[in-house]
Amino acid sequence: MSSSSNRSLHRFANPGQFLRLSGAALPYLTASAIVLTAAGLGWGLFGAPADWQQGDAVRIMYVHVPSAWLASAGYTGLAVCSVLSLVWRHPLADLAAAEISPVGAGFTALCLATGSLWGKPMWGAWWVWDARLTSVLVLFFLYIGHVALVRAFDDPTKGYRAGAILALVGAVNLPIIKFSVDWWNTLHQPASISLTGAPAMALDMLWPLLISAIGFTLCFAAIVVARTRAAVMERRIRGLLMARAASDNAA
Amino acid sequence: MTRKRRRLYVLLACGIGLGSAAALTLTAFSDNLVFFVSPSDVAAKGGSGRTVRLGGLVEQGSVQRGNSGATFKVTDGNNSIVVRYAGILPDLFREGQGVVTLGTLQTDGSFRASEVLAKHDETYMPKEVAEALKKSGRWNPNAGPPPPASTWNSLTPKGGS
Repeated sequence: MSSSSNRSLHRFANPGQFLRLSGAALPYLTASAIVLTAAGLGWGLFGAPADWQQGDAVRIMYVHVPSAWLASAGYTGLAVCSVLSLVWRHPLADLAAAEISPVGAGFTALCLATGSLWGKPMWGAWWVWDARLTSVLVLFFLYIGHVALVRAFDDPTKGYRAGAILALVGAVNLPIIKFSVDWWNTLHQPASISLTGAPAMALDMLWPLLISAIGFTLCFAAIVVARTRAAVMERRIRGLLMARAASDNAA
Repeated sequence: MTRKRRRLYVLLACGIGLGSAAALTLTAFSDNLVFFVSPSDVAAKGGSGRTVRLGGLVEQGSVQRGNSGATFKVTDGNNSIVVRYAGILPDLFREGQGVVTLGTLQTDGSFRASEVLAKHDETYMPKEVAEALKKSGRWNPNAGPPPPASTWNSLTPKGGS
């Protein structure tokens, strides 16, 4: 009936196994996240050269681009958890999805706020309704909607199912965000860095940006892992309390 | 077929349906999703009296600053339109820079703007690199965007140190 890939997936979905593995990994994850974020931001904000036309305002990039990357990457993680939840009914994927969305909303808010602060001095406007900015704002609302919907049901399982469906419907927004600057003309610039072409950026600006992006990614992962661990333990405590209440009633 | 397999197929079918619906919708509305129109669009469609955003590059040698604002030409290479604007121009405004202006097309074919935004491209480089490119004659900032980064990134071999 069940294939070997399902069995291996379920091995990682075992909450006890997850607590053991993540407990061992979390201190290293947190330490490397702090070191790389500090190194990337320190280099970017103080060491990297100013841009020829934007001057020192370009340093907002070292916060804005990593948080924008995580707004999309975090949502991709949320969508993957939602598939695991809807198709394979992973209990751990339910908990992880519920813990990813508030963190993703935070990083998206940081992306929108830094983008606004960058837009005013460079473009001349805090906000414009172009395709890139609007689609990222929609992403922020999707995160907020997921946060609310998951917690809106008395039966947590119903909340997880509803949240997973919302997250997967919203995933259609991810390619729109990525390609909005190519499909339609926007005020927002097209991508400076791509997987296929050479980066349109001097190397001594690119390196701090990449290190900052890796640092932010590890921060995101560390926060989500810590939150998911707390959620697993909370669920266990609730189970123990329910069992005790049941035995007290029976006595 | 197991229940998991069936749920996976239902999910894939929903995904394909939703994806195509979104693609069709976006294609149908793509005229309204663009942030600005080019001078060629305006030349082709007209649209006098309607408030639109006009975008393009500030044409080289066309900027005239007055007491109460500026007059310049916005071009996309094929067509250009004279823009009159009374107000403060953004810091990045210069000849050769991308701009997006909000306003209305007048009956005389000029464009009266109430807002001018600067649109910068995706190239980031230190001042020294820009100076070196200008000095070597490979780039005139007033004429348009800089050459591809792969041609000048070797100018900064200290990157990564």
